Amino acid sequence: MTETLLELSGLTKHFPVLGGLVFKRQVARVHAVDGIDLTVGAGETLGLVGESGCGKSTTGRLVARLLEPTAGTIRYQGRDITHASRRQLRPVRTDIQMIFQDPYSSLNPRQTVGKIIGGPMELNGIEPSGGLQRRVQELLETVGLNPEHYNRFPHEFSGGQRQRIGVARALALSPKLIVADEPVSALDVSIQAQVVNLLQQLQRDLGIAFLFIAHDLAVVRHFSQRVAVMYLGKIVEIGDRQAIYERPRHPYTHALLSAVPEVELPTDGERRERIRLAGDVPSPIDPPSGCRFRTRCWKAQDKCATEVPPLARIEGNTEGHLTACHFPEEPTVHGRDVVIDPALA
Amino acid sequence: MTTVTWDREQPASRGPGPFLSVRDLSVRFATEDGVVHAVDRLSFDLEKGTTLGIVGESGSGKSVSNMAILGLHDPAYTTLDGEIWLEDTELLGAGPGTLERLRGDRVAMIFQDPLTSLSPYHTVGRQIAETYRKHRKAGKAEARARAIEMLDRVGIPQARTRVDDYPHQFSGGMRQRVMIAMALVCDPDLLIADEPTTALDVTVQAQILDLLADLQQQFGTSIILITHDLGVVARTAHQVLVMYAGRSIEQGTVQEVLREPRHPYTWGLLGSMPKLRSNVDLPLLPVRGTPPSLLAPPPGCPFHPRCDHPALVGSDVCFTERPELSPAEGHRDACYLTLAQKREIFDGQIKERL
Repeated sequence: MTETLLELSGLTKHFPVLGGLVFKRQVARVHAVDGIDLTVGAGETLGLVGESGCGKSTTGRLVARLLEPTAGTIRYQGRDITHASRRQLRPVRTDIQMIFQDPYSSLNPRQTVGKIIGGPMELNGIEPSGGLQRRVQELLETVGLNPEHYNRFPHEFSGGQRQRIGVARALALSPKLIVADEPVSALDVSIQAQVVNLLQQLQRDLGIAFLFIAHDLAVVRHFSQRVAVMYLGKIVEIGDRQAIYERPRHPYTHALLSAVPEVELPTDGERRERIRLAGDVPSPIDPPSGCRFRTRCWKAQDKCATEVPPLARIEGNTEGHLTACHFPEEPTVHGRDVVIDPALA
Repeated sequence: MTTVTWDREQPASRGPGPFLSVRDLSVRFATEDGVVHAVDRLSFDLEKGTTLGIVGESGSGKSVSNMAILGLHDPAYTTLDGEIWLEDTELLGAGPGTLERLRGDRVAMIFQDPLTSLSPYHTVGRQIAETYRKHRKAGKAEARARAIEMLDRVGIPQARTRVDDYPHQFSGGMRQRVMIAMALVCDPDLLIADEPTTALDVTVQAQILDLLADLQQQFGTSIILITHDLGVVARTAHQVLVMYAGRSIEQGTVQEVLREPRHPYTWGLLGSMPKLRSNVDLPLLPVRGTPPSLLAPPPGCPFHPRCDHPALVGSDVCFTERPELSPAEGHRDACYLTLAQKREIFDGQIKERL
């Protein structure tokens, strides 16, 4: 086992919902992230998947300390940084960088590429040997852009190129961990692959650990050694790539995988699972009691409503494969149909 | 070629043929920067009860070409050429009256974003009923009953009470179901679904795609499904059309195009997508570069700046002359490589990497 870089335990983030006419007071809470535990090892990629509103982006922002956690702890290299002050965070900030989803709104349109990428180094008082410009041009080359474009502005680049600028900016401080929040989902398919390959190359060459947040299960599988599946603020299943994609146990993981539209047409004699859930994800303002997936689950029983299933290694799971379910599924992705949607039944 | 004149009310007629036939459709927009060649001589046919998947990246002209079928372009800035035949009605030359009678009745459309496509001021029931009242001359009560029936059919629970709700009271997937109910209220012969599931989560996407297939089986609706996701096409379409820079570069049945793709761009699309069972140790096979600007599309084959194979063609036709789709029927693609060369490259270099 490699050294643990990042450790989250019981991490929770609730957003207040304000109401009232004159005096705003808190009327409810959005349970965006509700007590998650996970670790990221040095040089490892942990994929975080789930549908919109499951709290995966909030988790990323908590890790980068862009949001203040409500409860729980974040440890980076053994140090508790949950409530560290700006000053204490400074050295950590250089180590944890972020890549954002939207390459248009995440670059300042009034700054040149040189300024955008060089900015973090200036702020942190880093003076690279050979000068700032030289280093920025090196970085541009690393991410596959023309170093002569140093003085251009973001609007002169296409979406894919802008995302490369975002990657170069994240690399500028030689981080140990990059939180990549949907880094390719805003890009066209052919460009998406270029950026995925670039990130993978960087990870191999530089040994950077990634927290890779995405909703596309195939992209996550391609990029991550370990994968955590989130649903309504909780991790429902976590394990290595093979465990999650070949031997999933949680019904929600099964449903997610079977819903992915695959390009490969089915060959004879082989049938993937077909699971069609009814309805949508419930509101995180008032999540279901017990297991949060129970309202859409075909195996739910009384126990699921009263007892929160712990995220634990259940019988039949490999080492490190944890599932939060009282009535887990068989570890296979083949075979049967479960259709609960009334319009399809 | 026909130039659009909006005063010509009498639709021309023709003999039997495919249900929908688009011939040499070109769409050009006049903009401040120049003329955008959004669609360039696109042709396809659609048979009754089948689904055609149109795949392409943003700006490839897939939405624009289908908006032309419904006459949704502003004639002041748009030049349309070619012919669009819906059975025996030619649509490009048809007047606004003909199109108005057609829209929502025989041809309906589902848009990508259900929230902006529904009116926030009216209940969903009223929005669904409106189409029915207009085309079927139904009374209020009858149209309302029809709206409830439709909501029920697309799987909205408690349709009888939900019919009086406003769009914001529905979740994303439910809103898309409302859109589908609205599109299907007059039992259209042709349904154009423009990225119907792109804004939705994957479990909800699966529900909606299954629902569309289900409804097609029941009512024999023909569907044009516009998407950027080849997986969605593999799951739902019978025929596939791949668009690049406003042109069709490959057409055929789903099996033909996905199992034995012939055009280098189709290889690129397939190679760009990670699959649930592909080898994770191999890097993806993306298309290099970026899609061309449609203000000045590259001469010759529009894909040549991103293509790895022009050298194999021998002469410089790739750079000078636009390749036509060949053969004339069946699985066809627009590329100068010979069929043997394409097979060799695909089997030898691409297939194992997909």
